[in-house]
Amino acid sequence: MKNTKKPSLKKWMGVLLAGGMMASGIAQAEFDRGTMLANTCVGCHGINGISDGPAIPSIGGMSEQYFIDSMKEFRAGERPNTIMTRLAKAYTDQDIADMAKYFAKQKYVQVEQPHDPRAAQLGQRLHNSFCDRCHDAAGTNPEDDSGFLSGQMRAYLEYSLQDYMSGDREYKESRMKRELESMMNRHGDAGLQQLLDYYASGKE
Amino acid sequence: MKNVFSKLTRRQMIQLAAAGIAAPAALALTGCSTTGRKGAGNVVVIGGGFGGSAAAKYLKRYNPELNVTLIEPNKEYITCPGSNWVIGGFHEMKQITHNYNAAKKNGINVMHETVASVDPDKQVIKLASGKTMAYDKLVVSPGIDFKWDVHAGVDENTEKFLPHAYKAGDQTLLLRDQLQSMRQGGTFAMVAPPNPFRCPPGPYERVGMVAHYLKQNNPTAKILILDQKNAFSKQGLFVEGWELNYGQMIEHVKLDDGGKLRSIDVKNKTIDADYGKVKADVINYIPPQKAGKLAVATGLTNESGYCPINQQTFESTIHKNIHVIGDACIAGPMPKSGHSATSQARSCAANIVLAMAGQEPISAKNVNTCYSLVTPDYAISVAAIYDFQDGKIVSVPGSGGVSPMGAAPDVRKMEAIYTQGWYNSIADEVWG
Ligand SMILES: Cc1cc2nc3c(=O)[nH]c(=O)nc-3n(C[C@H](O)[C@H](O)[C@H](O)COP(=O)(O)OP(=O)(O)OC[C@H]3O[C@@H](n4cnc5c(N)ncnc54)[C@H](O)[C@@H]3O)c2cc1C
Ligand code: HEC
Ligand code: HEC
Repeated sequence: MKNTKKPSLKKWMGVLLAGGMMASGIAQAEFDRGTMLANTCVGCHGINGISDGPAIPSIGGMSEQYFIDSMKEFRAGERPNTIMTRLAKAYTDQDIADMAKYFAKQKYVQVEQPHDPRAAQLGQRLHNSFCDRCHDAAGTNPEDDSGFLSGQMRAYLEYSLQDYMSGDREYKESRMKRELESMMNRHGDAGLQQLLDYYASGKE
Repeated sequence: MKNVFSKLTRRQMIQLAAAGIAAPAALALTGCSTTGRKGAGNVVVIGGGFGGSAAAKYLKRYNPELNVTLIEPNKEYITCPGSNWVIGGFHEMKQITHNYNAAKKNGINVMHETVASVDPDKQVIKLASGKTMAYDKLVVSPGIDFKWDVHAGVDENTEKFLPHAYKAGDQTLLLRDQLQSMRQGGTFAMVAPPNPFRCPPGPYERVGMVAHYLKQNNPTAKILILDQKNAFSKQGLFVEGWELNYGQMIEHVKLDDGGKLRSIDVKNKTIDADYGKVKADVINYIPPQKAGKLAVATGLTNESGYCPINQQTFESTIHKNIHVIGDACIAGPMPKSGHSATSQARSCAANIVLAMAGQEPISAKNVNTCYSLVTPDYAISVAAIYDFQDGKIVSVPGSGGVSPMGAAPDVRKMEAIYTQGWYNSIADEVWG
């Protein structure tokens, strides 16, 4: 009765191929390696990677590139975090690549959160002048390879921006540093909160 | 384009599942896999807690043609996670109460009944109402039961006077009320259980929540923990957090330093331990634990009081076609937690579906995280990822671990907000 064999990667593939031909009602795609691995993220990041809030970020729909970079940076302890380094260390490069494919296939869903609508309007203007060129469609376009902004969890975005500004998180784009700093110089904390209100509105 | 397509197929799948719900109830009662198709059949899940509710959901998702029946006596499930926050006076019961409407919508046949017995040879269960049901595969996730025969002076009635609050609901409210009516400067005594027990950090999160309440409302009161073990989960972090936030309010006495309990005089609220006699105002006696009654009665347990299983498929090593998950099973180094139970439910459901279709088992990674609040704005966590290797569940080397010691207050606060996030996401995964 005991089956303690560890199926090899080849077996996995075998399962998938065989499954395609069976009329068993089994949702074979669910047993895809990336999907099974991604199941270990759901308890925090939400079903299909869309967070239930208030702070753990949504990761569904994220670009493969940004996902892979993020996981590897967490794993190496290079990016500030509270828990992801401890978790990411359990995943191989292959695991990360497989999960990246899974999450890239999900649809990003913007989550509307409490926000001040007037501040959000001002935030939209700030976004357009300082951030839009790299964070298209209010930061909802995965092709920007840069993490989501509009509809992403507000508390998480605030932590992320603080991490950049304190120097704890390395800017991949020196121009983002320039834009963020000039936004802060001109509009200060109020400007930052307006941006966050805009992103919390979930609008594009 | 790709995204839209996969979304549509998923939606269609759900529609299919929903359309298929009319027949299963009758089929399940006769118990034969009459669909004649490979992969379909009757799976019965006992217990609508973390493990059982998640298993039912994933079974249906992995094979929408399965007849999945979930048997749970209560119409509402109150989670233990979050119940300490209710005791601390800043969280409401309704925030930790869930129901089975989504399970029904997902095409699961939900029956609010108690399972009286299981016949593992005939593969038939008997309900307290007298009905019988046959199964092809059975998932058992009954949680824990208490051992009332370890310490002198206590029995099953003790909980009415000294709430354990280790199953959430009325017990939670009773302990909260006793805490709130405690005299000024009184003593809150906790007897913490020996290993292995449900939620290793649970008692110590509770201590922080009790202290949080007392600090505001009864600042000269004391908390005494008489521990039936010598070390506990996240100990350094808890002690650091207690000292930082509550000064000298909390005293922890480990087993060998006098914690060892001799007896309790329930009527006089007096504890006799190696430490000496303690007259307390509130006693939170958390009894030693074992697998839920039904698991024991079905003969699924071994001498440890818990259920040995195949660590890949969660099938009992004692009875074929019965899978045990959650607190009741022995899952290697995985702690008994809601997060563990949910993760095990996925791995178990996948392997049941594959086995019923005659396919090879797969070894999925499992996960656990336990966030604990020390104050409403100060949390710590422990996390682990598990692999299946050489027939066993093992923690992936070099991964997991606890929050750092000495972290800045804003980091503890972030973890407190993420704690709420974990709760919301997992509750949605299990009951949403
Ligand atoms: C104070 C406290 C705090 C906790 N905090 C956390 C936390 O922060 N994070 C975390 O991950 N875990 C936490 N836990 C642990 C978590 O609650 C358990 O590990 C989890 O509930 C286990 O799930 P389960 O499915 O095994 O059992 P349960 O959730 O207990 O579910 C068992 C279900 O089976 C039903 N049942 C029993 N017998 C029968 C029968 N004969 N017929 C039909 N139904 C039956 C019961 O009614 C019950 O609904 C905490 C626990 C406590 C006590
Ligand atoms: C215990 C909860 C928890 C689990 C489980 C978890 N995460 Fe996270 N994740 C977080 C938190 C919290 C953050 C924010 C960073 C931090 O503080 O660690 C985060 C951040 C991330 C980010 C960065 C998002 C961004 O926009 O840059 C990615 C990517 C990510 N997680 C992927 C994963 C994957 C993949 C898994 C499963 C293998 C996973 N996480 C499992 C809690 C979790
Ligand atoms: C020149 C291009 C560029 C500009 C301008 C720019 N960004 Fe970025 N941003 C990026 C890239 C690339 C990343 C992801 C790479 C990395 O890890 O740093 C990123 C990442 C982020 C993240 C992290 C997302 C996460 O999930 O953690 C936030 C938040 C962010 N940007 C906000 C802003 C804001 C606000 C502005 C405007 C003030 C801005 N960016 C301007 C390119 C840019």
